[in-house]
Amino acid sequence: MTSLRTWIKSLLLAELLQGMALTLGYFFKPKFTIRYPEERTPKSPRYRGLHAQRRYANGEERCIACKLCEAVCPALAITIDSEMRADGTRRTTRYDIDLFKCIYCGFCEEACPVDAIVETSITDFHFEKAGEQIMTKEKLLAVGDKFEPQIAADRAADARYR
Amino acid sequence: MSLWQQAVDTWNSLPFGWQLTLRSVAGIIAIMIPLILTVAFLTLAERRVIGFMQVRIGPNRVGPWGLLQPFADVLKLVFKEIVLPVRANKFIFFLAPVISIGTAFAAWAVIPFQDGVILANINAGLLYILALTSFGVYGVILSGWASNSKYAFLGAMRSAAQMVAYEIAMGFALVGVLMVSQSLNLNDIVLGQVGGAGHWFLWPLLPLAVIYFIAGVAETNRAPFDVAEGESEIVAGFHVEYSGTAFAAFFLAEYANMILITALASIMFLGGWLSPFPESWGWLGNPSFIWFALKMCFFLYLYLWFRATFPRYRYDQIMRLGWKIFIPITILWLAVLGFAIVSGMPLTALGAWTAAGVAAFLLVHFLLLRKAR
Repeated sequence: MTSLRTWIKSLLLAELLQGMALTLGYFFKPKFTIRYPEERTPKSPRYRGLHAQRRYANGEERCIACKLCEAVCPALAITIDSEMRADGTRRTTRYDIDLFKCIYCGFCEEACPVDAIVETSITDFHFEKAGEQIMTKEKLLAVGDKFEPQIAADRAADARYR
Repeated sequence: MSLWQQAVDTWNSLPFGWQLTLRSVAGIIAIMIPLILTVAFLTLAERRVIGFMQVRIGPNRVGPWGLLQPFADVLKLVFKEIVLPVRANKFIFFLAPVISIGTAFAAWAVIPFQDGVILANINAGLLYILALTSFGVYGVILSGWASNSKYAFLGAMRSAAQMVAYEIAMGFALVGVLMVSQSLNLNDIVLGQVGGAGHWFLWPLLPLAVIYFIAGVAETNRAPFDVAEGESEIVAGFHVEYSGTAFAAFFLAEYANMILITALASIMFLGGWLSPFPESWGWLGNPSFIWFALKMCFFLYLYLWFRATFPRYRYDQIMRLGWKIFIPITILWLAVLGFAIVSGMPLTALGAWTAAGVAAFLLVHFLLLRKAR
């Protein structure tokens, strides 16, 4: 009896119909695909993307040229020159990050005593010419100025765990 | 004298041979262009449907919902270089895609789109279709041989053996249609199914219809019978050495053949342009090309559905299925059919019994005996 049933079952393509019912079910399911440029997956506030330099609320740059980030950088991507400014404080005259050398480990951010150098969650950047990969101080400060609200929000969200 | 009158006069002054030629050319263009457009959008539909079944979206970047994707693909193919393999037979190498595409398109001459809307209303339409679909295998074999490549040759051999095997089952299925419709003319075959879905040949010929469509999938070398171009084994099979427009010709031929199989299945088993509803239902019961198109869409969707669902058959299993299962079943059903016809049993009764039997078993199997499995 069982063998007869198996026989008729295979003749009537029963298992193939089952398989087709399964794929038809998936046909109507919501899709997993993220339509990338329009939709994005959520990022952690700790995401380590493009670098930025921050300023204090009064517009003064945070970086005090302590060179801890330069010292800790495992990829030797950071180069800093500094001098004394007219008001007697020490500031950088040159702060370059070579993004080709950088491994985005985030040590510079961790080493920084004044939260000056940070890694933002920006991932959409590209270089069209050799040399553009060097993030100069001006470029870093410009990124920081542009994305300060988001940088501050990310830092605030993660503050409990620091 | 108006421009229209002038045109009519010019037409009437043409000799009959010219009129016939021009009319045929117009008919061919009227069939070819929608067919090629259908092929184009079928490739998109295939990628979208398979994508959906794999819980992803599929191409949607070119134009709204990816509707311009086929044109992007065509542009890419047209501008690619056609490579002639070393020591390939140049003449046959370029003849093969022409044969493939020629036979795929020529078969459309006898397809009726509506009552009498048919390019060549010949009495041996079914034979003509059989002859041309069999001829298509030459394109495959010649391309495989002329490419001077192991993979192409292997693909061609597999494809040829498979097509020969399934041609027989397909032919027997057509014999069943012949027995119930008593005509080889496709127009008459459709007209023999007038009276709503209950009078379709699908019901008395249920096993033959299923076998016809599965054999059609095998004939067009589509998944799960696509060993001829099994990507994982022999790269792309018989057309591995083709590129650019030569490849596009094979591609077009394959999809045109798919559409042809679906058109034939709709004509022979689902009543072609006839409505599934009885004529008393008003406009719903009116015969129309739209019904034909809907039926073809259903079968084309089945093609894509199969491809998204089933893994590729092993080669010996394909042969076993073709020779040891399909051919015996078709012969058996022809005997049943002959017995029914001779004993004067109405075809609708035979159809009702067949459908009821299949439905009853599947119902019992899936609903009542679930725990036994």
